[in-house]
Parts: sequence; C-alpha cells; structure tokens
Amino acid sequence: MTAALDTGTALGKPIRRKEDAHLLHGQTNWTDNIQLPGTVHMAILRSPMAHAKITKLDVSGALKQTGVVAAYGAKELGDLNGGVPCVWPVTDDIKMPAFPALAIDKVRQVGDCVAVVLATSAAAAVDALDSIEVSYEQLPAVTDMEAALKSGSALVHDEIETNACYVYKMPCGDYAASRAKADVVLARRFINQRLIPTFMEPRSVVAAPMGMSDEITIWSSTQIPHVLRVLLALVTGIPENNIRVVAPDVGGGFGGKLQMYREEILVTNLAKKLGRPVKWTETRSENMVATHHGRDQIQDIEIAATKDGKILGLKVTLLANMGAYLQIITPGIPLLGMFMYPAIYKMDSYDFTCTGVFTNKTPTDAYRGAGRPEATYVIERIIDELAAEIGMEPMELRKKNWITHDEFPFTTVAGLTYDTGNYEAATEKALAMFDYDGLRAEQARRRASGDPVQLGIGISTYTEMCGLAPSRTLGALKYVAGGWEHCTVRALPTGKIEVVTGTSPHGQGHETAWSQIASSILGVPVEDIEVIHSDTGRAPYGMDTYGSRSLAVGGQAIKAASERLVEKARVIAAHQLECSASDLEFINGTFQVKGDPSKSQALGAVAFEAFTAHNLPAGVEPTLQAEATIDPADFSFPHGTHLAAMEVDTETGQVKLRKYVCVDDVGMQVNPMIVEGQVHGGVAQGIAQALFEGAEYDDDGNLLTASLADYLIPSAADLPSFDTGTTVTPSTTHPLGTKGVGEAGTIASTPAIINGIVDALRHLGVTDVAMPASPQTVWRTIQAAKGGAK
Amino acid sequence: MIPVEFEYVKVTTIDQAIAALKSGGEDAKIISGGQSLLPVLRLRMAEPSVLVDCGGIDEMLGVRDDGGSITIGAATTHHGVMNNPLVQKHALLLAQATATVADPAIRHRGTTGGALAHADPAGDVPAAALALNASFVIAGPSGRRTVDAKDFFLDYFTTAVGPDEILVSFSIPKCDWGSHYSKFSRTAQAWAIVGVAAVVNVKGGVIKEARIGLTNMAPTAVRASTVEAALVGASSAADITAAAMHAADGTRATSDLHAKADYREHLARVITARAVRAAAGI
Ligand SMILES: Cc1cc2nc3c(=O)[nH]c(=O)nc-3n(C[C@H](O)[C@H](O)[C@H](O)COP(=O)(O)OP(=O)(O)OC[C@H]3O[C@@H](n4cnc5c(N)ncnc54)[C@H](O)[C@@H]3O)c2cc1C
Repeated sequence: MTAALDTGTALGKPIRRKEDAHLLHGQTNWTDNIQLPGTVHMAILRSPMAHAKITKLDVSGALKQTGVVAAYGAKELGDLNGGVPCVWPVTDDIKMPAFPALAIDKVRQVGDCVAVVLATSAAAAVDALDSIEVSYEQLPAVTDMEAALKSGSALVHDEIETNACYVYKMPCGDYAASRAKADVVLARRFINQRLIPTFMEPRSVVAAPMGMSDEITIWSSTQIPHVLRVLLALVTGIPENNIRVVAPDVGGGFGGKLQMYREEILVTNLAKKLGRPVKWTETRSENMVATHHGRDQIQDIEIAATKDGKILGLKVTLLANMGAYLQIITPGIPLLGMFMYPAIYKMDSYDFTCTGVFTNKTPTDAYRGAGRPEATYVIERIIDELAAEIGMEPMELRKKNWITHDEFPFTTVAGLTYDTGNYEAATEKALAMFDYDGLRAEQARRRASGDPVQLGIGISTYTEMCGLAPSRTLGALKYVAGGWEHCTVRALPTGKIEVVTGTSPHGQGHETAWSQIASSILGVPVEDIEVIHSDTGRAPYGMDTYGSRSLAVGGQAIKAASERLVEKARVIAAHQLECSASDLEFINGTFQVKGDPSKSQALGAVAFEAFTAHNLPAGVEPTLQAEATIDPADFSFPHGTHLAAMEVDTETGQVKLRKYVCVDDVGMQVNPMIVEGQVHGGVAQGIAQALFEGAEYDDDGNLLTASLADYLIPSAADLPSFDTGTTVTPSTTHPLGTKGVGEAGTIASTPAIINGIVDALRHLGVTDVAMPASPQTVWRTIQAAKGGAK
Repeated sequence: MIPVEFEYVKVTTIDQAIAALKSGGEDAKIISGGQSLLPVLRLRMAEPSVLVDCGGIDEMLGVRDDGGSITIGAATTHHGVMNNPLVQKHALLLAQATATVADPAIRHRGTTGGALAHADPAGDVPAAALALNASFVIAGPSGRRTVDAKDFFLDYFTTAVGPDEILVSFSIPKCDWGSHYSKFSRTAQAWAIVGVAAVVNVKGGVIKEARIGLTNMAPTAVRASTVEAALVGASSAADITAAAMHAADGTRATSDLHAKADYREHLARVITARAVRAAAGI
C-alpha cells in the first residue's frame, strides 16, 4: 500500500530490485564460496567457561595431526595477537580493558578464543582442536549487573578494579522542579532483554597476500569494509595502502556485522605470517556466542505529569550491559538512545544517567535500532501506564503532549532539532486503517462477557534519529570517526554510468535505489547504471552502512556528485554546440539549446568527447566524472504510528497478533517497494523482541539459548501480513527530502505489541509483561495479578 | 560444525542393512531422513563410524492396506505420510500430528519411522502412535518381531529397537473415530511444549471410548489413561473439561527454557480439554 511519487523520472518508482535475480538464482558470491589455491582453514578453540584462568595450554598435539599447518595460543602468536579496538570512549574516565584476539591467561566469556589451528581442510582443522591440551581453573562469573556493581563482587577485569565501565549523565532542564510541580509521578523498571542478531549468513573471512605485491586482500562478511580497512591497518601494522577489504555478497547484518572482530584480526595476521590464504567461517553455534549481542539494559524510568495529562519531566536511569569486553562502539549504544527518550513529546526537563557494566557475557554492540529501540520501548510503555494511572485514553494522552505539525522545526528537551514531522496525519491515517473504534468496542464486549480470549490495542507513536551522522556531533560525543559519505559518478565513453558509493549494502537494495537517484539526475536509464560498492579497491572512500545512514547520507553524495557531473558536461556540451552554458537545458539526459531543440547533445556523446579530449574547452580536464563527499547537516527523524491488535488466551497465556497497522513517514521515498520491504522486516524484528527472542544465561555465565532450537526467531508463519501505509513529510535538512527507514519498524513495533498485551489484561490487574512475552510469562503474569501462584 | 569422518553405506534390502550394522559394529547407525541425526553429528554429540542409509529399501517405503489395518514403511517421509489417502482415511490422527512437524522442507526429508525410532519426548508422532494403538515391526540378526506401542517407547530417545536392529514398518488398526492433534508451541516451527493426540468414539453425542497420547509430558510419549477413563459417558464441554483436569496425573513433566513443570501440567489440562472437544465435536 505505497503510493508512487510521480517525478517524471525513475525516482519514487517501485521498480524491482536489480540485485534480486542473482540472489534468487543462487549466483551469490558469499565469502565462504571463495576458493583460493593453497588456502588454509582456521578453526578456533573457544572457552567453554564464562570466567576462568587458563592453567595450561599446549597446542603442540594439534601440530602432529594430518593436514595441520600451524597452531597458536596467545604465547605462540606473540605480537600478532592484536587487540580488538573500541572507537567510542564515551567519557574521559571510561575504563577500556584490553581485548586481545586470543585470550591471555584468562577467559572472560563463553566463546572467548583460546587457540587456533590452521589446516589444509576445514575438517582437519576442526578435528585437530581435540588434540590441544587445555585446562582451566574456574572463577566466579559476573552475570548480574546490579550485583556486579556492589563492592566485593567478582571482577571481570581485575586491573580496572571495578565492573563499572563508565557513568554518563545528561541533565536537561530542572527535573527536580518538574517533579515537585507534578500531581503524578510514576516510576517503573523495564528490562530490555539481550538479543542475538542471528543474521542469515554466518560471519566468514578470507585473507590472501597477493604474491606480486605487498597487497593483502581481505574478504569479509561485514557491513563496514572501509572502516575495517582503517582499523586493520591500525591493529596489524600492515600499511593501510597495502590493505584491500572486500565485502562480497553479505547475507544480513542488523548491526552484527558493524564490527571488527577478533577473527578478522587473526585471519589477516596469519595469512600474512604464513604467506598463504587463510579462511574462517563461523558455525551457527559459534555465531550465537561470539558474534556481538544487542540490547540488555535495565531501564528505570520516572515520569512527572499533571493529573490532566501534561508531561512535565522525565528521568531515565540505565544499567547497560557491555559484556566482557568493549567492541567497536559498545559503550556508545545507550547514548544513541539517550536523545530519544523524550521522543515526540514536549516537556520541561529530562534527566539521563547511564552506567555501563562489565559482565562475563558476550559483548554487546549495535543491533537494529541501536539504543533507540530501548528508548522508544520505555517511553511508549510509560505513556500507556501514565494514561492508565490518570484514566485517560492513551492516544489522547499522546495527542496532548506531542509536537504538533506547525511547531516544526522543534528543539526537544534533549537538544535535538527535529526538522519536520506530522504526527497528526500519520496517526489519523493509521487509526482509519485499523478500525480503532470497532476494535475498542469488541474489546469492551469481550471484557463484559469474560471471554477467555481478551483483546488489547497497542499503540506506538514513535520517532527516531538516524542517518548517522553529522561529524561535528559525533566528535562532540567522543566518537572517533566522521559521519560523512562519498560518491564518485563516472560517465564512461560508451555512455554507461558508474556510481561508486561508500555505502556497503547487505540486503537493502542500494544498487537499485542509487541507480534511481542517479538516473533521475543524469537522465540515463536505470539499466545503464552500475553501482560499485563494498570494495576498498574499487570504491575507496566511504563510511559504510548502519544506523539507517545509507540513503539519508549516502544519497546526498550521489545527488551532489551526479549534479556536479552534469555541470561539467554542460560546459563541454556548450563548447560543442557553440553556445553559452546558460543557454542549455538538460532534459532526459540530453543538452538542448533553449529555443532550438535541433541543436542538442546527449550525455553519452559528451562523455565520448571528454574521453577523446580532441575538442574540449580551455581549462576543462579530460574524462567526465565528478565526486562529492557530504557531511549531513543533521540527523534524520522518521516517525509514524503503529497499532497492534493483540489477542491473549488467558487460559494458556498464548498471545496472537491479530492485526498490525503502521503508517510511517520516511519523507521522500526513492523506491516505495524497498521502503515497504524495510518496514515489513523491521516490524517483524521488533515483534520478535516483544514475543520470541531473548538470550538467557545461567548463573555460571553459560548461554542457554545457544542454538536456534532454543533462541526463537519467528518466521512468516508466525506473523500476520502487516498493513503498511505512509505519509510523506519531506525532510528539510536532507536535499532529497528523504529520511532513514532501515530501523524504524524495529524501533516502533516492540512497544506496540507489549502495550497491546497489557491493554488486553489491564482489567485483570496486569500493569506490565516482561519480554519476550512467552506464553509462560504471560500466564504467570495473569496468575500473579489474580493473586494466584507466581 | 563438521561431523567426524564416517563411512556411508546405502542398502536396498533389510538383510543388507542388518549385515551392514553388524559389520559396522557398535558405532554403526541407521540414517533415514537425517533430520535428527545430522544435527547431532554436526554438533559432534555422536561420532558413528558407519551410517547405513535405509532410504533405498522398497519394503520401508509407502503405505499399504492390510484389511483391518494399514502399514506404513518406516522410511516414508512425513510429507508422504500426511498426504497419503489411506492415512487420511484410516489414521487421520497420524496425518494431523505429522502435519505439525517442523516445516515443509524438513517434512520432505524427515521420515515418520525415523521420528518414531528417534523417540524424542517432544516429537509429535509418538503420541499419535500411542493413541492409535500402533504396532511396530522390528528386524534384527535373529529375525523379525512385532512390538505394541505400549512396549515400544522405553525412555528418553530409547525404543525397543536395539542397536543392531532396524524398524521396518508400523501398522495402525483402522480407526474412524473423531480425532485431533493439538500442539502447543511458541513458533510454527518449534517443538511442542505440550502436545495432545486424541481419538474419541462418540455415539449419540456421548463419548463411548477415548484414547489420548501426550507429547512432552514424560521421558516418552504417554497415554493419559485417567482422562480416558473419566471421559467415558461425557456429553458436554463441562464433562470434558472436568475429565481433562486429570491430564497431568502420573506424568513426569520436566522444566526447560520454555516451560516449567507446573506450567506444562497446567497446559496439559487445558490442551487436553480442547483437543478432546475438537475430536469429539462437543
Ligand atoms: C529444525 C527441525 C525441527 C523439527 N521439528 C520437529 C517437530 O516439531 N516435531 C517433531 O516431531 N519432529 C521435529 N523434527 C524432527 C523430524 O521429525 C525428524 O524427521 C525425525 O525426528 C527423524 O526422522 P529422520 O528420518 O530424519 O531420522 P534420522 O535423523 O535419519 O534418524 C534419527 C534417529 O533414528 C534412527 N533411525 C532412523 N530410522 C530408523 C529405522 N528405520 N530403524 C532404526 N533406527 C532408525 C537413526 O539411527 C537416528 O538415531 C525437527 C527436525 C528439525 C531439523
């Protein structure tokens, strides 16, 4: 249900994705498909314990096994045992313990790398792991964040003498004053459980020294080939100009591949050392413990309001689980959420504190939404609770406090300036699609008749900040990189176009969407445009793909580079057509002399002139290409209204999502079909957090949900077809009018689901349901509310 | 992960299979659809030296009509079983239970006999086999024997089929009672937290006889015999609900990530009532 925008060009058309044919026909080039002669395969001995001293490690037995080429522990690896970097030291006094690729003397999480074997086949490498002698002395595992902060707790890292990684505060306005004025102060604790990214293609990396030069090429199933290249140079000491990183077809990431992993360091260093290609592909079992996790926050929220529903202030106190080590942006994830707790609401004050906590668990880091789903979940939950507390319709409470469309641009209490938005329009459309009033009437009937299946309506009116990010803002937050994006556009002598982008798609459809943008400016058919990406040898500059930034930021660079190319071509065409540049119109890929359509030159012909360079105007350089590196003016703020009708079987606790309606405003849509796909996938992933997913550990720090039999992810069979709609309020800070869409659905849907379940059960005395809302959890919550067994 | 190296033998007769098991020794194993065995091998939880593939043995494939009963070859896939007209006509409960196993891809490879031989307490097929009074034909070095359902499932992942034996087929007495399999699980592809397989003989709106198998309420599938007895004479939803209150009697439910034992017992009662009502049309 998406409306195509008629721009007269490919822009805004729901055209089919160019990249799909090869994906559907099994012609993909996954990293694990790469077969280079002489490859040795790496297998990893991982810690079975969450916290232990390594009392013995002897890899010599492995060396005697058939096919084994080398084996290393930290001692044997010596200087090549590089450390995994963290590029976001959020405070001056943050504790940043060392994170060596192979554990030195101690292991701190199940899945820590202890030793590696390299052999001529993957099977031989795995077999030889059994011949490594290793013994451990178990240490007490730190698994609970609150206990970890108490004095006397076991320490994850002895040398930093605390499990507190950092404390970050952002007081905005005078919360104490707001609280003093309030008629109602409501405090709640929410748990944003730990999630595992579970992308479809497991991680894989191949590194190959290229014999004829000093170059080493690394193919990795990563979201960030460009960032990885810089970090690999810094960590391994291999000169950056000798490193080429390629992300071939990448099967999903969701933030899980926004990382530099220890395995990437090991494979690169060992390929260099052995002088032959090295390959490693993780198993799903490894993936569950050794790929970073997401979320895992204890969230205390307090809201101060008047009795007629005016929000005065908000206080948020977080404990954020870092896990055992800091990975690339582990400490910064809660800060990406920090700005978004006030969400779409006006208030006088906001007080934010976050404590990062080390535990003996897998490190956390970005996972679809990264910080903002955590924020949206608790603000949308507490709004419903406040509505119940003061006896107001939850949508009315929202309307009373949200920023109205005529108030934009609006600077929030957290200091962000939202450029545009129209919460009224999105909400009105969603309510109409949903049949809100009809469902409320059914809810009343079911309550009155005591139906064992109760109905609830869940609301989430969200906004989020994405399109990472203005470099200055990142600098102010102590992030050690910029947020710009690059594009080079080349018109080849034969008239074909190359769009070289610094974004790195892994399922999103950039090849299609970027072609549409360039086509709309260059007037060249989408089929004649090739998008080159994800290879630092062919697309050298970029900041890659995460944080819904690729279109919001990268799209701007494509637009600017394409326009610059047209301007250069205009000068050449004017010379050829013997007129002044200002006399030319550029229509459908052809320069025409105004008023004399018989005199014209197509862009392809200009490109050929620029190539031969036989007759160029003075001062114009040969070749027709242009580039742009754009730093965004601001973040992008998509928003929308999501509504869920939840049926709850009060006898079993089983929950059924009966109907899901969402109206998202992601500004101008380059390709509405791709937007819709992102919304469907995003919504499904947010519902998954609400109902199915959750990483569970025992008290010894063992991951109990260590396989896909125990860590439940839903399939299409578990979800209804979503009714999606959009409103279009173009962004004013992004030249294409676009906003990000990659994470919006995930951010919005989680609270809609839980609000719906609580709404179905509120008359029974239920005021919260923990995530994931499994049948058992819901059933026990009902029993507890009834005063029965817990 | 990568399994430990093993030998693979494909056989075409039962005798060859038994000979191959014998020469492979203690570590030899039958492989049927591989849908339970391969995950175990890949996790290196088992390291068999030889796998004997029984998928090419004619006698183990397909469904035949034996007059009073139907006989199902152990290597018939779930997909083949659930869509077979004889099964749908004479053992509908088996088709209903099989249809809830995993997803279509797995049902096209996995076999119903394999599932019975594997005897996962959370597997859906054993409870149906119990409720349908199936009997099992087992072949071994000393010939063939037939074992009744009540004597077939012995313990967790343990059946009457010995390590040197092979399950050839199983037979089900034709049953035209009302039937229903109700599987309670968290996602469509997940294993049952609890499953209830019910066949009910209703005459004139009154239950004359019922047989109920429970999935995942004990180390093996079990019959809910107290409920079966209490159901005789039931004619209303209230009667059925009252009888189903005994569903957890004598079971040995365990606790896991998805359900603690008390919740499983509660579910057994609720789901049994629902399954019996659906089977009885009451
Ligand atoms: C993702 C997934 C989800 C699943 N979900 C469910 C589910 O919801 N419900 C459910 O019931 N099942 C489920 N299964 C299991 C499925 O039903 C399997 O098909 C079944 O358990 C085993 O059948 P198989 O033919 O694949 O046996 P195999 O895997 O080949 O063998 C299993 C075991 O039985 C032995 N065996 C097999 N055949 C014989 C024989 N004829 N004689 C003697 N021994 C034999 C083997 O030696 C082995 O030990 C699932 C499987 C997977 C992979």
